[in-house]
Amino acid sequence: MLNFTKINILLIYLTFFSISIFSTLNLQSKDNLIIDKKVNLGLDLQGGSYLLLEINSDSLIEEKIQSKVIPLKKLLKDNNLDYFDFKINKDTLSLKINDIEKFKLIFLSKKDNTVNPYIDNYRSFELDYKELSDNNIEIKFSKFGLLTINNSALKQSIEIVRRRIDDVGTKEPTILQRGEKRILVELPGLKDPDRIKKLLGKTAQLNFRLVSDNSEFGVDDLISENGEILKVSKRIVMSGENLIDAQPSIQNQKNEPTVSFTLDRLGAQKFGRTTTDNVGKRLAIVLDGKIISAPNINEAITSGNGMISGNFTFQEATDLALLLRSGALPTPLNIVEERTVGPDLGEDSIKSGIISLITGFLLVILFMFYKYKVFGLIANTALIANLLMLVGILTILEATLTLPGIAGIILTVGMAVDANVLIFERIREELKTEKSIIHAFDSGYTKAKITVLDANITTLIAAVILFAFGSGPVKGFAITLGIGIITTLFSAYFLARHLTSIIVLNNKKKEIRI
Amino acid sequence: MIRNINFVSSFKKANIVSILIFILSILFIIFKGLNYGIDFKGGTLIELRTESSVNAASIRDSIKTMDLGDINVKKFGKEGDFLIKVEQKKTNKSDLIPELKKTLTDNLSANVDFRRVENVGPKVSSELLESSVIAITLALAAMLFYIWVRFEWQFSVGSIIALFHDVVITLGIFSILSLEINLSIIAAVLTIVGYSMNDTVVIYDRIRENLLKYTKISISDVSNLSINETLARTIITSITTLLALVSIYILGGEILRGFSFAMILGVIIGTYSSIFVASPILKYFKVSSKTLEKEEENIVP
Repeated sequence: MLNFTKINILLIYLTFFSISIFSTLNLQSKDNLIIDKKVNLGLDLQGGSYLLLEINSDSLIEEKIQSKVIPLKKLLKDNNLDYFDFKINKDTLSLKINDIEKFKLIFLSKKDNTVNPYIDNYRSFELDYKELSDNNIEIKFSKFGLLTINNSALKQSIEIVRRRIDDVGTKEPTILQRGEKRILVELPGLKDPDRIKKLLGKTAQLNFRLVSDNSEFGVDDLISENGEILKVSKRIVMSGENLIDAQPSIQNQKNEPTVSFTLDRLGAQKFGRTTTDNVGKRLAIVLDGKIISAPNINEAITSGNGMISGNFTFQEATDLALLLRSGALPTPLNIVEERTVGPDLGEDSIKSGIISLITGFLLVILFMFYKYKVFGLIANTALIANLLMLVGILTILEATLTLPGIAGIILTVGMAVDANVLIFERIREELKTEKSIIHAFDSGYTKAKITVLDANITTLIAAVILFAFGSGPVKGFAITLGIGIITTLFSAYFLARHLTSIIVLNNKKKEIRI
Repeated sequence: MIRNINFVSSFKKANIVSILIFILSILFIIFKGLNYGIDFKGGTLIELRTESSVNAASIRDSIKTMDLGDINVKKFGKEGDFLIKVEQKKTNKSDLIPELKKTLTDNLSANVDFRRVENVGPKVSSELLESSVIAITLALAAMLFYIWVRFEWQFSVGSIIALFHDVVITLGIFSILSLEINLSIIAAVLTIVGYSMNDTVVIYDRIRENLLKYTKISISDVSNLSINETLARTIITSITTLLALVSIYILGGEILRGFSFAMILGVIIGTYSSIFVASPILKYFKVSSKTLEKEEENIVP
């Protein structure tokens, strides 16, 4: 175990240097290097927000099932199928039908079925039916129908969340899908999380609807911006989809912040027609079911440009414009988890993390030197090499360092010496029985090898499981702990062993004490 | 240095003590329960910094007006630093944080800086709890499997009992002291599992080696010899690990305190258990050199 070929030695030091050289990249303050790699600081160290958003598709599913009513009725009529008791429930439709066999045939037809399309990917229909008693049937979305709705709502939401966040202009946001219904958002260095939360919390469904007492579509009672109750037609004249731009602006006469918007061609047409036909009436601008303002239509607006006023502050006007530009979310988003750390706490954490790292490191080094003298120095050299390689690998992987991650490094410092302690203690034992010093060292290394491996693999197993199940900061701990074990094995079994062999082989005559 | 401490003679006493503490821990965990943090219970946690003249009671009083349900305010490190925990009462109020900030600033008439805000919904918290339980169970199962592959089943059972002992007693102490269980404590528990296993493996390795070397000696004496032979290593590694952990505990800041405390407990209990729990079990299973030989015969056809 103490004999190294030249190639072995070369490989050991080459590996060590080529990995640990990466750790120096972190000292570079500017990104002017060819290899632009660095250990990322986690949100708990640099400050920022972690948000987990969940789409709430209940209302969307209700809407979708309602949209099936007219086509379904038409389908039944076209096929001369009589039905009774047609009811629209929350997320199901129920009806009574006499000829159920015929219904099945039509409902489950794979050809040109527009009411209940067949989804090839999932080999399933969009809708499911259930036979209740007395020829009653209940129709609802199938498992995969729901999945399709959720999926497209989630994809769309991610896109809109990204647009809203990009518009605010934070640095390097991370926006990812998590599971079937969730979006993970990480915003490093964010100053004002409340504003982002407010922006993401709004669906931003914008509708233009006429104020009228009677409408064939029915009316809603909505409260206007100055507190009066207005009857607003359910008919949507035009919605936010037709907007191509929105910007905050200041209205000159009153010096009041407003949002001016530009419509696409179709929107301009619709808007032009409605305003032409309804001069003198009021047009309610409704955002997420609340009236922003309900101005009088003074004249036809055909230019495709308009303006929304509503007692805004400039910030509110800016945010509304941003929301309108980015488009409406298909469903409301709930924040189901939030973790925000202010930048000064992050700095404090880094400081205390590094202080405890240095202290722990020094204590361990002093203790090892006290205990093993020269060989303690070897163990300490291996420990330093170990740390350099650990940071090097973290840099290569561009891993994220969290506060628990720093704790993982400190723990590695404490546990890394274990490999060398195991070996040294074994050698001490061998020295008692073995006359040849070289043999004692040799068999010490050989015999300790299995134990060192066994012992470290168990900790590695724990680290891997932590990595798989942990979230955020805990993952950071698992990464440093896991990589620490691998670098520990390398530094103890290659570096420290080579250094030991130099001392042992050069002191053939003298007695060696460990 | 020659050590020959008779560990085996105190196995019985140690085991009785272990069993008593183990049962006590389980009773505490069942009846007093664990003090789950917001990670597992849901709710809102705020770390705030304000002027040093403010005390916890005045913060509590000023939030009371908001009718948020159970509120917990405590000092957190330096003067003027506090930790507020608000239980999840209804569904998430999206503007709870700005409202709280306003209420506090108005009522305390002092500058209030929210340094850290954590908000975990009820659904997410139950998922986090579930995945933590799965993680710990999986870790124990993986260890069991690894030892079963590397050693014989008696060793595997012995090490897993020792692990259970460590995990349950650590959680029991957390229950007794009403310390908070959060995600980082779970990380600590998993690391304890790794560390304790590490310690046990070192002793088991030596027992196996000595069983094959001294076929005539009883398992008790082999255990005693092996524990003594590895004792120096056991102590030195515990010391270096504790040195590192204590420096995190003292200097690593408030956030890491619970984590490092759990680890310190775990290292001490884990070191104890590998000597006084894992080793006696081999004796109870009547492991001998024959057990090992049989296994080898089975492997070689």
